[in-house]
Amino acid sequence: MTLSIALVAVLVVAAAAGFFARQRAKALRAGGGRLNSLPNYHGFYVALWAILPALLLLAIWNPVQTSLVEQAVLSSPTGQTLPDFDLARETILTEAREIAAGEREAGFNPESSELAPIYADATSRYAAIGGGIALVFALLGALLSMRRVGVDFRARTGVERWVMVLLVAASLIAILTTLGIVLSLLFESLLFFQKVPLTEFLFGTTWSPQTAIRADQAGSSGAFGSIPLFWGTAFIGAIIAMIVAIPLGLMSAIFLTQYSPPQLRSWLKPLLEILAGIPTVVYGYFAALTVAPVIRDFGISIGISSASSESALAAGLVMGIMIIPFVSSMADDSIAAVPQAMRDGSLALGATKSETIKKVVLPAALPGVVGGVLLAVSRAIGETMIVVMAAGLAANMTINPFESVTTVTTQIVQLLTGDQEFDSAKTLAAFALGLLLFLITLVLNLIALRVVRKYREAYE
Amino acid sequence: MSSSAAAISRWTGDEMQKRVSRRYRAERRFRFFGFAAIGVSIAFLAFLLITMAWQGLGGFTRTEAKLTIDFPRSDLFIEEATLRGPEAQQAVASAGLEGVIEQAAFAQFGEGADEMFGGASARTLGEKLIADPKLLGQKAELWIPLSSKADVAARSDGDPALERLVAKADTQRVFNSEFMTASDATDPSVVGVWGALKGSFLTILVTMALAFPIGVLAAVYLEEFAPRNRWTDIIEVSINNLAAVPSIIFGLLGLAVFLNFMHLPRSAPLVGGLTLALMTMPVIVIAGRNAIKSVPPSIRDAALGVGASKMQVVFHHVLPLALPGILTGTIIGMARALGETAPLLMIGMRAFIASPPQGITEPASVLPVQIFLWSDEVDRGFVEKTSAAIIVLLVFMLLMNGLAIYLRNKFERRW
Repeated sequence: MTLSIALVAVLVVAAAAGFFARQRAKALRAGGGRLNSLPNYHGFYVALWAILPALLLLAIWNPVQTSLVEQAVLSSPTGQTLPDFDLARETILTEAREIAAGEREAGFNPESSELAPIYADATSRYAAIGGGIALVFALLGALLSMRRVGVDFRARTGVERWVMVLLVAASLIAILTTLGIVLSLLFESLLFFQKVPLTEFLFGTTWSPQTAIRADQAGSSGAFGSIPLFWGTAFIGAIIAMIVAIPLGLMSAIFLTQYSPPQLRSWLKPLLEILAGIPTVVYGYFAALTVAPVIRDFGISIGISSASSESALAAGLVMGIMIIPFVSSMADDSIAAVPQAMRDGSLALGATKSETIKKVVLPAALPGVVGGVLLAVSRAIGETMIVVMAAGLAANMTINPFESVTTVTTQIVQLLTGDQEFDSAKTLAAFALGLLLFLITLVLNLIALRVVRKYREAYE
Repeated sequence: MSSSAAAISRWTGDEMQKRVSRRYRAERRFRFFGFAAIGVSIAFLAFLLITMAWQGLGGFTRTEAKLTIDFPRSDLFIEEATLRGPEAQQAVASAGLEGVIEQAAFAQFGEGADEMFGGASARTLGEKLIADPKLLGQKAELWIPLSSKADVAARSDGDPALERLVAKADTQRVFNSEFMTASDATDPSVVGVWGALKGSFLTILVTMALAFPIGVLAAVYLEEFAPRNRWTDIIEVSINNLAAVPSIIFGLLGLAVFLNFMHLPRSAPLVGGLTLALMTMPVIVIAGRNAIKSVPPSIRDAALGVGASKMQVVFHHVLPLALPGILTGTIIGMARALGETAPLLMIGMRAFIASPPQGITEPASVLPVQIFLWSDEVDRGFVEKTSAAIIVLLVFMLLMNGLAIYLRNKFERRW
């Protein structure tokens, strides 16, 4: 709370200093001086020097403060009586923090209520220190930079240097995000692999996380074999969905680029793109409520008594439809990139249009199409809502599309949306699954992008 | 002579003709397959939209039945003066109107009629009383909404006993304005999408405030300033890759970093917005780079020629010209974020939240998650509410995409 007050104070200081600097520069100009930079740049220069160092300090201080407060609380007389066991202590501290912040009335542990005032005290003390330092930084930055405002001062260059820093920082966020994903997944997964051996996770063929209630038991129970999940994911996303999406998407792209009159194309293409814009939760609802019962009844009517109302076929079918515009637009791009001369050559030899497409255009566009299909597969196996709503929870290894299978994403959602402790093997398993999913989609994407790019270069 | 006649007959002979017509048939067949493929896709789209509209339009209406309530003879303890005063809402809420309605229904329709009316009925009666306190002294005939069970029965789709009861009543179907103003509830007759809609707005606002500036700045850097070196390559690869990472992975990141490490509040629009911002940023960067790339170099050269600095060229000339393209990409990215569900489930946005959020740090639900939660409910009354919520979501998506297309058509420049 106090930190946000400090933040506002810093902003006010910066705004005031910037305004003041601008006035001073204006006064210099009115006094007959010929400024190197416009008064606005002087103002911005001073304001930036006031804001940015102080903000950076606050950003660093925030996490530091958390650990400082924690130490202060633990070293207090009540804090020293807390259990040494990490998990219990963490729970009490978390409760105390939430009570101190006013997020809850009372904790489950009586100690937390005692600790709350100490927590609040320590927080406000350290926040005052941090906020104070930030304010000093802001004032110092403003004063020091203000002294440089003058006729010869190149304020614009200074401002542009700061803007450059901002630009670089903005583009580094992409790297930070990637790093954040890898590190957070890796960290939690390592904790998981301490409880369950890696080989069992990778090669085990039984998945039933429900049985592993006690953490010390999990390793020997053999419940965390991820093979059935990956089979289910591949079955729905890479097999059934692609059987639907590849022919429909490819033929749509061929019709749109080669046969359709431009007028019709300008209508059909946006319509097809609407399919890609529909939220996946809508597809999931549709798959579960409309498609799945039809498929189950059909399965039973052709004599498959095990037909489930959460069949792999329903989820895969709808997912395939969702992917069509994706495959179609990738195929569209790569067909359009085939040089017209190749097409003309084939037509001039007397081949019909379809023969040209089948024997010349498609083979030439094949790498691009394959790249597009790989990207589509990576998107299908990472898709969550359709399978959460329409596919089942039973980890079956079956090739019967009328039966229920489960997928990696379904299980991640299942594992993380119960009320359990964060460090249990069950929750950690979700991160291990996430890591594996991330790696698989990463590899698929990298291969696909490379294939597409290489092929583009070949014709340009 | 004879050889040329043979050549001609080779081109006109029966066998040749047959071959040609077979090839033409194959041609027509291929063309038909192409048309059929796109036809199937669009037919599916139409089927999906029609199914949703068919099921969902019912969610925007409700059935009301004419109920005669004899207020003076009911055991309702409430003063006319209180109803005119400032505490009318509370007085009505605690007056036990459910009992009054039950009694009246029992008197009018007989055994089992207490199931005909539910939460929405009491709420509506309360509103009617506040609007017209004189009712308290009368025996009045009022239009009261049915409970969700009876609502289903009113369309001959529910419990037979209830159907017979409802058939006795004088009913009408009216527009249910409360669906747009109420929030989540356990009784499907009183649910609404406003709470979820507000949560969605707040979340998208946070996403926009973070992803747009960062995305544009990153695009400017990569397109205009970045030197060709290994760092730039790494940045480009990670942006392209992030655009293709499954959304649920961003949810895991949000859970691990924002909730467990930074201890931000659970299920709050702030955390949802942060998570979605990380997900949307690569989309904006890619759209932004394309838009900046399409600004012709002559603009830059002209600005540099009259003495602008590199920064001034970019921020005074290139960026304004690229803005329509960037905005189009941003809106499309925001529309995608609006429909995103999986990452928000991960950060705890699936709690039951019965009141609209008052700020970005309060627990909230968002529209897609609300749809997911309702779709899980067993109560039959939720089916059409879910479809109605889907219609609301699709309308918003359509509006955003329409805006993007409009912007593109209006401001797009071919150089």
